[in-house]
Amino acid sequence: MSAVSQDNAARSGTLARAVIYTVLILFAVYYLLPLYVMLVNSLKPLNEIREGNMMALPREWTIAPWLSAWSTAQIGVSPTGLRPYFLNSVLMVVPAVALSTILGALNGYVLTKWRFRGDNIVFGMMLLACFIPFQIVLIPSARILGLTGLAGTITGLVLIHAIYGLGFTTLFFRNYYEAFPTELVRAAQIDGASFFQIFRRILLPSSGPIIVVTVIWQFTNIWNDFLFGSSFSSFDSIPITVALNNLVNSSTGVKEYNVHFAGAILAALPTLVVYIVSGRYFVRGLMAGAVKG
Amino acid sequence: MSFLEIDNLEKSFGATKILKGVSLEIEEGGFLVLVGPSGCGKSTLLNTIAGLEPITGGEIRIAGRRVNDLHPSKRDIAMVFQSYALYPNMTVGQNIAFGMEIRGVPKAERDKAIANVAGLLQIGHLLDRKPSQLSGGQRQRVAMGRALVRNPQVFLFDEPLSNLDAKLRIDMRTEIKRLHQRMKTTIVYVTHDQIEAMTLATKIAVLKDGILQQFGTPAEIYNNPVNMFVADFMGSPAMNLVPATIGANGNGLSIDLDRGNGAPISLPLAGAPASLAAYQGKKVVFGIRPEALTDPDGADRNASALASADCHIEVVEPAGSDTFAVTNLGGKGVVARLRADANIQAGTTAPLAFNLSKAVFFDPATEARIG
Repeated sequence: MSAVSQDNAARSGTLARAVIYTVLILFAVYYLLPLYVMLVNSLKPLNEIREGNMMALPREWTIAPWLSAWSTAQIGVSPTGLRPYFLNSVLMVVPAVALSTILGALNGYVLTKWRFRGDNIVFGMMLLACFIPFQIVLIPSARILGLTGLAGTITGLVLIHAIYGLGFTTLFFRNYYEAFPTELVRAAQIDGASFFQIFRRILLPSSGPIIVVTVIWQFTNIWNDFLFGSSFSSFDSIPITVALNNLVNSSTGVKEYNVHFAGAILAALPTLVVYIVSGRYFVRGLMAGAVKG
Repeated sequence: MSFLEIDNLEKSFGATKILKGVSLEIEEGGFLVLVGPSGCGKSTLLNTIAGLEPITGGEIRIAGRRVNDLHPSKRDIAMVFQSYALYPNMTVGQNIAFGMEIRGVPKAERDKAIANVAGLLQIGHLLDRKPSQLSGGQRQRVAMGRALVRNPQVFLFDEPLSNLDAKLRIDMRTEIKRLHQRMKTTIVYVTHDQIEAMTLATKIAVLKDGILQQFGTPAEIYNNPVNMFVADFMGSPAMNLVPATIGANGNGLSIDLDRGNGAPISLPLAGAPASLAAYQGKKVVFGIRPEALTDPDGADRNASALASADCHIEVVEPAGSDTFAVTNLGGKGVVARLRADANIQAGTTAPLAFNLSKAVFFDPATEARIG
């Protein structure tokens, strides 16, 4: 009797599994399709694209569109390719991510281990920053950048992104440190460790997962940002997202779709790499931060 | 002069008063145990001594020095936490030496101190491991090692044994006592386990709701509890607290206990406290420990006031070393502690000997001791 029902269970299990995998594979294909189209067309000469078959593999493989997008394509008024703007983005993203992560970690540390009167109100106000749309802060930001003389500079963009990201990074670290045993901090206090010594020697070494989450989150958001980039950059501080837009919209001569595709992939590549390298920690850290918070 | 003095200590969180004027003192080399049910403020009291919580009022002095406003690291104390609080990212050796490293003690000196403590606690083979690779008992030893290496004036223990299993807990209890006898350093120890309190302490402070109930040696606390809470909290099985009436017996007093069915037991009270006379004809609470309520053969022959009465035995619980019998007096189950081989059956009536020289009386309204 039990053998029969077990057999049934096994068979229906296999069937359910087959259905699940079929659905999953269909969705995976559906989501990968745009990437496939971009990749395939970026490796074709332009005349093959004009024939109208977007899905076909290239008859003649070429990396010329990639080279062009990187170093010679017309961006706005100058034929520089995306290279200088890629560099701008790196110069903007790295300090902005580092700054907002470090400040978020310090905020989380203070809000959980050095509680003060009204700390929850302060945290609540910082949380609000997560819900404020970019557009609302555009004009105040422009005013402040103007007053500080940072308008149109990469430093200015770093500042705006670091401040805007602070709400998120504080939330991440606060929830993570909330679950961190306070007795460890007290033991370190008795051992005579100072505020920063406790932070650096006790908390930071245990913060790996949440640092990964914060870095990925901030990196992706800041790298992909278009609005702040287009609003607050000047000629020599344009980030790659804005440059990509300029590449696609530059209206001299023919539209080089293969170059545009290659450029778009180039612009997306760093975030893709970050996810692939540390994605596994991302999920783990997100869970650790969320569940115990 | 006392070594650690706590003078009228008060602590509030907002409007909530946690400690309501606690005064304690312990001599140098003493072992003070703070005991009480959870939420009584004993851990808060320890944290204020450590300086981890600021105090609202009163004064704390260590070796005559007022430490109220000193940073924890400046009070010359060391603390062992309930969760051990070992730094997870450091090895055992680094954990033990962290405090010295912060103070800038040279490496050679640190290594010597680590080796010294490791030898004392037999953890030499664990020094290169991380805390996550240790068992509960080993972590406990490392936590003590981290405290020992500081060579402080006062050790503070916050329920250090509560995370260990029963057998290990007893072993570590003995070890702490041995360590204390060897080091002769003053210890303040928090626990909710009254057996730990009895076995370790030279002085016990019983706390309830932030108020010090009684402060004295283990024998004083056990034999002369000042109120029903202390009487009930200390001792296992707990003291029997039986509603009773004080009656007259010739020239003296008697204690009358209701037996449920049948006539009440009336036991003559010889040498009872004089203040009990005022309660003649009134209700009191009669407190008698299980070991003072025995089979007549097992009764203490040196007791000055023994009385015997027939009681109906409801339940018999053999425990190996002793046999516990439950009878009903004053409408409550009363536990008697008999010899292991006492011949007694449930459902029968048997004579029980009351050692009245060990009995205590409480006022049922105030719950305070009479006499």
